[in-house]
Amino acid sequence: MDIVSLFFQQLINGLSKGGIYALIALGYTMVYGIIKLINFAHGDILMVGAYIAYFVFAAWGFTPGSIFVAVLFAVAGSVLLGISIEATCYRPMRSAPRINALITAIGVSIFLENFPRLIPAIGPNYRDLTVPKLFETIHIGEVSIDPLKLLTLVVSLVLMTLLILIVDYSKAGKAMRAVSFDMGASALMGISVNRTVSFTFALGSALAGIGGVLYMLNFPLLDTYMGIMPGLKAFVAAVLGGIGSIPGAILGGLILGIAEALTAGFISSKLMDIVVFGILILILLLKPSGLLGVHRKEKV
Amino acid sequence: MKKFASLAMALIALTGFASAQTIKIGTIQPLTGAIAVYGKNVTNAVQLAVDEVNAAGGINGKKVELIVEDDSFKPDNTVAAFKKLATKDKVIAIVGALTSNCTLAITSLAQGAQIPLITPTSTNDKVTTAGNYIFQACYKDSFQGKVVANFATSTLKAKNVGILFDNANDYSKGLKTNFEATFTASGGKVSSESYATGDKDFNAQIAKIKASKPDALFLPDYYNAVSLLAKQIRAAGITVPLLGADGWDDAVGTDNADLVGAYYSNHFAKESASSVAKSYMTAYSAKYGYETDALAALGYDATKILLGAIAAADKAGKLTSPGVRDALAATKGSFVTGNISFDANRNTVKSAVIVQIGATDDKKLFTKFVATVNP
Repeated sequence: MDIVSLFFQQLINGLSKGGIYALIALGYTMVYGIIKLINFAHGDILMVGAYIAYFVFAAWGFTPGSIFVAVLFAVAGSVLLGISIEATCYRPMRSAPRINALITAIGVSIFLENFPRLIPAIGPNYRDLTVPKLFETIHIGEVSIDPLKLLTLVVSLVLMTLLILIVDYSKAGKAMRAVSFDMGASALMGISVNRTVSFTFALGSALAGIGGVLYMLNFPLLDTYMGIMPGLKAFVAAVLGGIGSIPGAILGGLILGIAEALTAGFISSKLMDIVVFGILILILLLKPSGLLGVHRKEKV
Repeated sequence: MKKFASLAMALIALTGFASAQTIKIGTIQPLTGAIAVYGKNVTNAVQLAVDEVNAAGGINGKKVELIVEDDSFKPDNTVAAFKKLATKDKVIAIVGALTSNCTLAITSLAQGAQIPLITPTSTNDKVTTAGNYIFQACYKDSFQGKVVANFATSTLKAKNVGILFDNANDYSKGLKTNFEATFTASGGKVSSESYATGDKDFNAQIAKIKASKPDALFLPDYYNAVSLLAKQIRAAGITVPLLGADGWDDAVGTDNADLVGAYYSNHFAKESASSVAKSYMTAYSAKYGYETDALAALGYDATKILLGAIAAADKAGKLTSPGVRDALAATKGSFVTGNISFDANRNTVKSAVIVQIGATDDKKLFTKFVATVNP
């Protein structure tokens, strides 16, 4: 394989990896944008989505219908979970100091990772599922493309576009932007802050749920800790792109995925994480608000 | 107060009495987590060995009590489990842990506390270097790496092998180093890429390996990771044979068609079993309702070796941890996985087998015996 095909191969690998990171990063960034909370339980919602899909596939096999049902159930389950976590755990913390809310988020995350281990249907052990070959691998020259990866990337991009449309053009999106700008003032203007925050959690969780289904199809090996690593990487992606910025999260996710793949392809796979976190440190040093983050001046 | 004191005295007398009648041994296994199947299979085998001895009247009339601890395949949990067994349960000896990284976490502790530790299945070369209380019932990775490398050179006629290994796991790293040493010494070329424990996306590493045009791939890891690796390797359009080691034991349980045709080295094969092994296999299936794997066979052997040593120490009137250690060092006998005696470094010298994964018509995986390799 020559250098050029290797480059394109790694670019495709990186984009598909980055697509999933971006999808999760969006949830972090939206929640942070609106209530200035880093929702550490977000990666675990991906895990819940993946498990729901797993049970659907285990029961009905892999058909276009079951994939549709799996996505539907995973989204419904994640949204319900996201909204109830917000209502029961984060809402009482909203006026508390930010560090309290952060610790609550870590607590929720630990709970979500460990409680399912007690449920007999989930349990502490890994679950794997043989995913039948849904598509034939496409070969272009020496570059081979797994259409599932391509699909992952396309689905991620479509969802991101949809999200940007919702935030920029819908009434709920307008409320989200208003609450994010000034929570007190938007309440005075008649915007229901609670409903808007719930909506934000619902949107983010829905994306994480779909992310879970995609993740499960690509890497069919599940355990209750599976959300930690993608969650952490997506958090890095959100910070890299500028936490609070939606295009930033997408850009950050894709940069992260591509940086990982190119490092593995052209430098050394041992240095993959070092390069990724090195980029983060560099960006934070040079532009602390992230690539597309806006630094809002405090008004006195 | 006096009443309380006498009650306490009575309790102490009672427990003292009880411990004279039972011999406590411990085992630390990954009963939950990434390789829980191994933990379950090996624990079953250890329990079987203990039950057999108890059914035959125990050791010189004393019952053996087995205390099972779970480490979830995490070295820090292994340390906690060891401390519990050593200080709370006060076991005389321990069988475990299962994986090399977990065992390495407790070898110096066991040596320090002078509790004999016999690992059934940790093949890493460094395991027994902690001291004279640590024993290894299986062969070492330096031997296993050599076996697979020689198989690649002589049978597969491979000249250029790609290795994908877990850089955060002692077992995987040890096998990679040993394979590479033997394979390059015989004129072969090796290109290797690494990942970290728990990684799931190996596409970037696989693309790099593919660029080196290997004629075989060596994957020294455990069954779950191997299953994901094989899937992504085949999806990337690499069709060369896959090679593995004893961590692949139970890979046939994953139902993964991408593994068909792969070879791996193991501790024992059903087809080449001795009469001792056959009676063990029957007993295991009868008790648990499914067939034993090679790691479980080693668990059985390690426990049998330990119980034999305890019996010998007891007969000599030295039923203490140092007494059991001396008896362990003098072990010599025929076991399920072959004839076992310990060398000066408390390793066993045994033969390995190579097996190949095949598939039945209804896509169930099975292994077939290919060759026995003597040290």
